[in-house]
Amino acid sequence: MGIEQQYTVKGGDFSHAGSASSHVRKLLKQLEIAPEKIRRIVIALYEAEMNIVAHASSGIVRIFLEKDAIIMVLEDQGPGIPDIEQAMKEGFSTASRKVREMGFGAGMGLANMKRNADLLEITSTVRVGTTVRMTNYF
Amino acid sequence: MFRTQKYHAIQVDGGKCIGCTHCMKVCPTEAIRVKDGIAVITGERCVDCGDCMRVCPTEAFYLLQDDLSLIGRYKYRIALFPSVLPGQFPDHVNDDQIYGALLKIGFTHLFEVEQPIQWMVEAYRNYHATHGNSTPLISAFCPAIVRLIQIRYPSLIDKIMLINAPHDLAAHFAIESLKGQGINPEDTGIFYIAPCSAKIAAVKDPVGEKKSVVDGIINMHEIYNKVMSIVTDDPGVAEGGFREHLTREGILWSLPRGEARLFKRKSMAIDGIFNVVKMLEQMETGEIPEIGFLELRACDQGCAGGIMVSGNRFLTVERLDRRSRKFPHAANHPPELPFKADVLSRLVLDPIEPAHAFQLGKDRQTAMEKMAGINKLVKKLPALDCGACGAPNCHALAEDIVRGNAALTDCIFLRFKNENQDGNTGHSTLHSLEKIWGAGRFSTQIKTDEHESF
Repeated sequence: MGIEQQYTVKGGDFSHAGSASSHVRKLLKQLEIAPEKIRRIVIALYEAEMNIVAHASSGIVRIFLEKDAIIMVLEDQGPGIPDIEQAMKEGFSTASRKVREMGFGAGMGLANMKRNADLLEITSTVRVGTTVRMTNYF
Repeated sequence: MFRTQKYHAIQVDGGKCIGCTHCMKVCPTEAIRVKDGIAVITGERCVDCGDCMRVCPTEAFYLLQDDLSLIGRYKYRIALFPSVLPGQFPDHVNDDQIYGALLKIGFTHLFEVEQPIQWMVEAYRNYHATHGNSTPLISAFCPAIVRLIQIRYPSLIDKIMLINAPHDLAAHFAIESLKGQGINPEDTGIFYIAPCSAKIAAVKDPVGEKKSVVDGIINMHEIYNKVMSIVTDDPGVAEGGFREHLTREGILWSLPRGEARLFKRKSMAIDGIFNVVKMLEQMETGEIPEIGFLELRACDQGCAGGIMVSGNRFLTVERLDRRSRKFPHAANHPPELPFKADVLSRLVLDPIEPAHAFQLGKDRQTAMEKMAGINKLVKKLPALDCGACGAPNCHALAEDIVRGNAALTDCIFLRFKNENQDGNTGHSTLHSLEKIWGAGRFSTQIKTDEHESF
């Protein structure tokens, strides 16, 4: 049996960013999953959430918790990513000055997600939005 | 070492507890439930922070500690006490009088625990030099915080500095100093006058250590009262010794930034357990501050806010700050002594193991089923978090239900709704409420009459 959770993320709402990853962290801790695995899941999810906040106008986070894995699907309405390969590189950032001044947008987002997710799949359509699908095994 | 967390220093006096919800609502680990009209603490979850004691309107909580008469069993009786003890006394009571009164109470040697602090500083610096890659290092000074991390933030355990607290350093230092004077450790009793419940638990059932070196714990309130009456009767009582290694840094150690100041700007100090929880939650989500050292204290204003400290915490901080300026800086205090290496080696703690107090089931399958159950139940509950079911909030009740410790009918709102639908009388509702809040609770108000002032 699985558990499903859904969260909405508002673009530009930095003050509430991270609530999905924080909630997921609490759920995983109750399932006695190894702290290191939880850490990777939560960091990957947090980065993905932050990307919606920093770049998109809104997004939905869906969490599917299975016996051996967690699947995280983040779908946003936003600018989309023209060149995903380039965006994956550490230090590459399209964040606005405003976002950088807030201490975000250092270009580590996608790289961090890639490092912490067991599987990462990104599909994107410019000017429509991006869907990030991450899977981590317990 | 696996700690089961069964032990906790805070106990409930069933005779005094009126079964209100104050403690249950403030407990940072949701360790308290009301059953049969009294508060019940789950040992696995209690971190001995003492917040329940602070809010109790009837002083129904008490601490497990030793009777002062116990000191009579030893030929040499050493009082170990933190600087916050002298910090509480009114301005007209001076250090000499406090020390004099402590001897009069029956101790033969007095040892303010922050005395050999420079050795602690060295231990911290060495640890930092060898464990710099797992920063920020978290101080193990506050035992409530160590336990909190152990049961609730296991992923951060490796950041805890495995170095014992000043009372252990002081105890070993005292034993070795007395040995030097030809006093046999067998004849000495070491008594710690603890500022809080967490320190008591740390001495009685230490984490990361097999057995504490302390022989007994004495109530700080009792000592405060005794010292006050002695100096009131005899203002001439005085003792000038026993403070040769006391330093400015030592006196300030247990106050906010007391440890953090060593690491200058590369450190952060947080006091108050809810503030600490916020930081730990953030750190678990990967937002780790780029600093070398984190000082975390469960009490607001550090040990000056300890549950056993009688004086106002802010005044205590101010007095200790003034007092500290009369003492030299810590460098070269204490000097190099032959037993230094031995004492420092005793400060090393064993690795701390996580203690799972919140997991839902033995295996993931059961845990997931229970979690799905909780999610379902929470939707049925009224989300009022009223506490009338005897659990601190609706989510906690849902969790208790799937763990088999409560029933959905414990929710008075659901019960009322069901009974209106089924046409039952209110009799069973009353019965179920009495099971939580005590028989006769709703027929009289005798128990609360005595506490009108609250």
